[in-house]
Amino acid sequence: MPAPVLRHPTLHWLQRNLFSSWLNTFLTLLGVLLLWQLLPPAFEWAVVNATFSGSDSDSCKYIDEHGEKVDAPGACWTFVKIRWPQFLFGLWYTRNFDQAWRPVLAFILALAIITMLMLPFITPKRRYHIAVWALLLYPFMAYALLNGAWLGLPEAKTADWGGLTLTLVLASLGIIAAFPLGVCLALARRSRMPIVKTYAVLWIEMFRGMPLITLLFIASVMLPYFFPAGTEIDKVVRAIIAITIFQSAYTAEAIRGGLSAVPRGQYEAAEALGFGFWKSTLLITLPQALKISIPAIVNSFIQLFKDTSLVLIIGLLELLNVIQVAARSSQWKGYEAEGYIFAATLFFVFCYSMSLYSRGLEQRLDTSLAARRAQQD
Amino acid sequence: MNTATGNGGNAEPIITIKGLNKWYGAHHVLQDIDLTVSPGEKIVVCGPSGSGKSTLIRCINRLESHQQGTIIVDGTELTEDLKSIDEVRQDVGMVFQHFNLFPHLTILDNLTLAPIWVRKTPKADATEEAMHYLERVKIPEQASKYPGQLSGGQQQRVAIARALCMNPKIMLFDEPTSALDPEMISEVLDVMVELAHDGMTMLVVTHEMGFASQVADCVVFMDEGKIIECSEPGKVDAFFKGPRNERTKKFFGQILHHI
Repeated sequence: MPAPVLRHPTLHWLQRNLFSSWLNTFLTLLGVLLLWQLLPPAFEWAVVNATFSGSDSDSCKYIDEHGEKVDAPGACWTFVKIRWPQFLFGLWYTRNFDQAWRPVLAFILALAIITMLMLPFITPKRRYHIAVWALLLYPFMAYALLNGAWLGLPEAKTADWGGLTLTLVLASLGIIAAFPLGVCLALARRSRMPIVKTYAVLWIEMFRGMPLITLLFIASVMLPYFFPAGTEIDKVVRAIIAITIFQSAYTAEAIRGGLSAVPRGQYEAAEALGFGFWKSTLLITLPQALKISIPAIVNSFIQLFKDTSLVLIIGLLELLNVIQVAARSSQWKGYEAEGYIFAATLFFVFCYSMSLYSRGLEQRLDTSLAARRAQQD
Repeated sequence: MNTATGNGGNAEPIITIKGLNKWYGAHHVLQDIDLTVSPGEKIVVCGPSGSGKSTLIRCINRLESHQQGTIIVDGTELTEDLKSIDEVRQDVGMVFQHFNLFPHLTILDNLTLAPIWVRKTPKADATEEAMHYLERVKIPEQASKYPGQLSGGQQQRVAIARALCMNPKIMLFDEPTSALDPEMISEVLDVMVELAHDGMTMLVVTHEMGFASQVADCVVFMDEGKIIECSEPGKVDAFFKGPRNERTKKFFGQILHHI
């Protein structure tokens, strides 16, 4: 027997979800009122009264009846329009804009690899090969592209990197380096060997109990003491070391949560079949633990992505900081909001992409979901 | 009285347990257990919950360690030595109450994983053997599915096949049917009966008395960590009807009553 058809599905939906009780009706009306109050002015500022053209801040001003220059009532997107190369690639690549294809190419390569990993017709084995090779080769390719100084490409020292490019470099290297470290720390913390376990606990608790900003300070001030005198350690490298250490503690805890969530029976079944610790971990328990901890790991990655802005403290200008600097220049004073909205949008796009990717990954790895789908077929 | 010897005892025993004692903290879970199992012998262990029957068979592949006494499996004594434990585990298959299949792997991969990585069998051979055992448990058509797509009875049959793929000399069953819906119990028991007829050495913790009287050479009744009574070799049915011990009588009275 087919399910009975509702007389009016839309009305039914409205009634059930928006007006089911007095409280619900009140909240619905309140919500509508708030949107009514907020959206039109925001739209007016951002679109209707906004300036999109021109080449300097004067295009966003007009002369009023007293003969004075005043700000136009809308947003001044001219700021973003003129300064975007700096926001995306930093100062050096803006000055040498003919070289900007280098970060763009590096980014496109990364996108290509990620897309290949997502394509459904690529077998898991091949996907694994792509991932391993990409992890081994891509960082060097990206460095060669960004840094230049070969085949006649002008050199852009790491200290010259900036804007979104630097944000992506810091976040992706931090994530890539922190992940294996986090796995090792999580396993070490569950180890029965007391010294290994103590080291892991100390590492995790110490770096998790420290603000990233402190760690960045420490990395920039104290790191030179750990190396032979006279070794110059690159600022970006210092930042990456600090970020990796900080992130590894969070990743480790996320993965440890996953490892404890794998049922005891899985460990026992592996033991009963004669698997030793490493094989049982790598083949049986860790894959399951990683799948369980995907949301927690991605959550910490997203946090890290946003936290990269703190590298301002050691004098690096990533996306947010480069915008801040531009908005402090005499020409663009007073147009911070536009810059921040631009930064927020870019941050959102990247963080939301990570979130979507992790959701897709979870679905693909969910073997019980595969079961449900198969039953529907 | 605490010694079970079956099949005349002329063959060299494959499992010898002597003076086994185990504690969980202050709780004395296994007390002075003696048990010998000859190759090919089928032993059913029963008893009320908490009697230590699962702990006993889990000691045989050292999922649990013991504090006193000796356990010798196929000539190897179980000690702290990890290498000898791994050797013993490769020869002792285990089937769990909750199947414990690896949910992230297909059925075929569940079966071939240990032969390939532990026994170093070439993949093609491992696959061939896995399919052979899947046919034996009558579900070759499920090879490419995931455990979550199978019914409980099918999963348990896969678990039996997975253990058999390691070509074990001994099979341990820890309440293999107690997590199953009633209509799935017989499909699992059928596989176990067939296995028994092929001459596998089996230790089975179960309350399926029909299965016990059909295949068991010997039934061991445990309570409070002790072996209370063993059936005489080949006289399982007589044991069910007339156990000597009062506790055994009461227990059988309760479970046989419901059959």
